[in-house]
Amino acid sequence: MAMTIHVDIVSAEGEIFSGLAEMVYAPAVMGEVGIAPRHTPLVTQLKPGEVRVDTGNSKEMQHFYVSGGILEIQPHIVTVLADTAIRAVDLDEAAAQEAKRRAEDAMSDRSAEFEYAKAQSELAEAVAQLRAIDRIRKGKRS
Amino acid sequence: MAGAKEIRTQIGSIKNTSKITKAMEMVAASKMRKAQSRMAATRPYADKMRNVIGHLFHAHPEYKHTFMIEREVKRIGYIIVSSDRGLCGGLNNNLFRRLFKELQEHRDAGIEVDFCTIGNKALGFFGRFGGNIVSQAVHLGDTPHIENLIGTVKVMLDAYADGKIDRISIAYNHFVNTMTQSPTFEQLVPIPSTAEEELKHHWDYIYEPGSKEVLDNLLGRYVESLVYQAVVENGACEQSARMVAMKSASDNAGELIDELQLIYNKARQAAITQEISEIVGGAAAV
Repeated sequence: MAMTIHVDIVSAEGEIFSGLAEMVYAPAVMGEVGIAPRHTPLVTQLKPGEVRVDTGNSKEMQHFYVSGGILEIQPHIVTVLADTAIRAVDLDEAAAQEAKRRAEDAMSDRSAEFEYAKAQSELAEAVAQLRAIDRIRKGKRS
Repeated sequence: MAGAKEIRTQIGSIKNTSKITKAMEMVAASKMRKAQSRMAATRPYADKMRNVIGHLFHAHPEYKHTFMIEREVKRIGYIIVSSDRGLCGGLNNNLFRRLFKELQEHRDAGIEVDFCTIGNKALGFFGRFGGNIVSQAVHLGDTPHIENLIGTVKVMLDAYADGKIDRISIAYNHFVNTMTQSPTFEQLVPIPSTAEEELKHHWDYIYEPGSKEVLDNLLGRYVESLVYQAVVENGACEQSARMVAMKSASDNAGELIDELQLIYNKARQAAITQEISEIVGGAAAV
């Protein structure tokens, strides 16, 4: 039997995959990495993309979409700490501004129409996400 | 004595209420099971992350991140996790009361506080209380998502990084078991040194792009995942507290109905007796 490496893909909201693999491919920030058993210990950030796990016994590889995260490699264990959310610096910033604004709204004007504020925040969130998706697509093409 | 008809309508309305509380109890019970399994599902992420952070500290003891350095505490940021809805017994109020006591101690010591509220109840309470709420998140629903928390937590982390606050603590309900939830306060940042666990193996990693960038990234996410865990745990507490509260409400309604039924029967009997005696009296007169 071929050598295998233990793979754990976990996100903050739950475990996504756990099992043995012959090879793992992940989209690291400095370029895609392929990890075979007995890889050198490595910690790297991931960018949005696909993590592929070659389990060996089935013909097809298992695909997992990650929107970023952190990859940790020990000689016999690969851990993918996946983000469930689309993350980008300005996207986080927008979310932070949003949270701040909501708090200020709640503090200053308690009688304000809540539905309106909620709708607006949802709109801002949607716009920010669209921007991120746009950039990811552009990044892929180039 | 109240009329038989009034008692009957009263019994009817209590019966309706008990139907509602019974239904809420069962809904809460099924939601609680889901919330508990969600709670278990979030553990591996934080555990793995703690491992990696532990490794990083051992590999780079000389690099101290701002989240690691203890400062003199002048201002504390509190992240308060509460439920969005009521009817869950004293869950939120117990937490707030305990927190209030702690806040008073801080006030006596001359320490100021900022709040970051998660959930409607905390927002309402601390809005009335007149605290300085810097960020908030509400309507997380039964399945909270981490993206709804990122912004809220980032406001706090930024304030810490800028030196506006010197400590971030979190207040939430710890799930002991279905019957018991204990209000808990934990220090998030600076990260308590107990978070660095003893390691069995030791080696150094290759870091891409660099150790500092990776560590910065990791620590932010670590704090977020801890907050997320607290939110999920509080959710499980909310459901179990609601289940218990609704169960006792249904029980009370049952007792009330029994008592009223007794009174109703007596009133009915009295009315019949009176009627008979009137008929008998009337017949005797004729």
